[in-house]
Amino acid sequence: MEIQELKEGSKLTIALSGRLDTITAPDLENKLNSSLNAVEELVFDFKELGYLSSAGLRVLLSAQKRMNKQGSLVIHGVNETIMEIFEATGFTDILKIE
Amino acid sequence: MNEITVSADRSHLEDVQRFIETELEPVNCPIKIRMQIALAVEEIFVNISDYAYHPGIGFVTIRSTIQKDKPAITIQFRDQGKPYNPLKKIDADITLNAEDRTIGGLGILLVKKTMDSVRYDYQDGTNILTIEKILK
Repeated sequence: MEIQELKEGSKLTIALSGRLDTITAPDLENKLNSSLNAVEELVFDFKELGYLSSAGLRVLLSAQKRMNKQGSLVIHGVNETIMEIFEATGFTDILKIE
Repeated sequence: MNEITVSADRSHLEDVQRFIETELEPVNCPIKIRMQIALAVEEIFVNISDYAYHPGIGFVTIRSTIQKDKPAITIQFRDQGKPYNPLKKIDADITLNAEDRTIGGLGILLVKKTMDSVRYDYQDGTNILTIEKILK
């Protein structure tokens, strides 16, 4: 998985490509732990993300909990297969997906 | 039928995924189904790695059978760890808000929702979890 960051003031966009799974989820977790200070608007770009497992869901849930306290979180570019995973786990109700 | 035996350890997830991908190679099946199978394999393998022998170590055997007539794949996970039926676990509550959510149980829930059948047996000291997916 590749993680690209774009910081514009208090807005942080994180673009992921490849697989967000058991092996790569800790990388994203570490990145978020070190990058979210003073971020009010977090955007995930999933256009190039092809695979997501429950390990990735766990990181997204913890990012959502954190952003509930300090701002907002939006996810863009979710493909059909990943959207079905969000739907099957009820994540469509707790994440803002555009 | 083909099989692979590895240490029940997360570091072997890629070996297991590659084994299943190789099994599916001769079959013409949609990419979405390949992803769902990869997802189920990851969730089950990681679960066995984390819990079956904890805090010890042990092996897990993954058997794959392709039925060309259906077409379908049957994948069996066999370990000699603690007896554990993941299908008895109460499904994660997927209606809670973010603050009240915990992540436990989502993996097996995804397996149940994406596979066509999931079965658990315990025979001769072996946990046997069998999933089947129709490949069309």
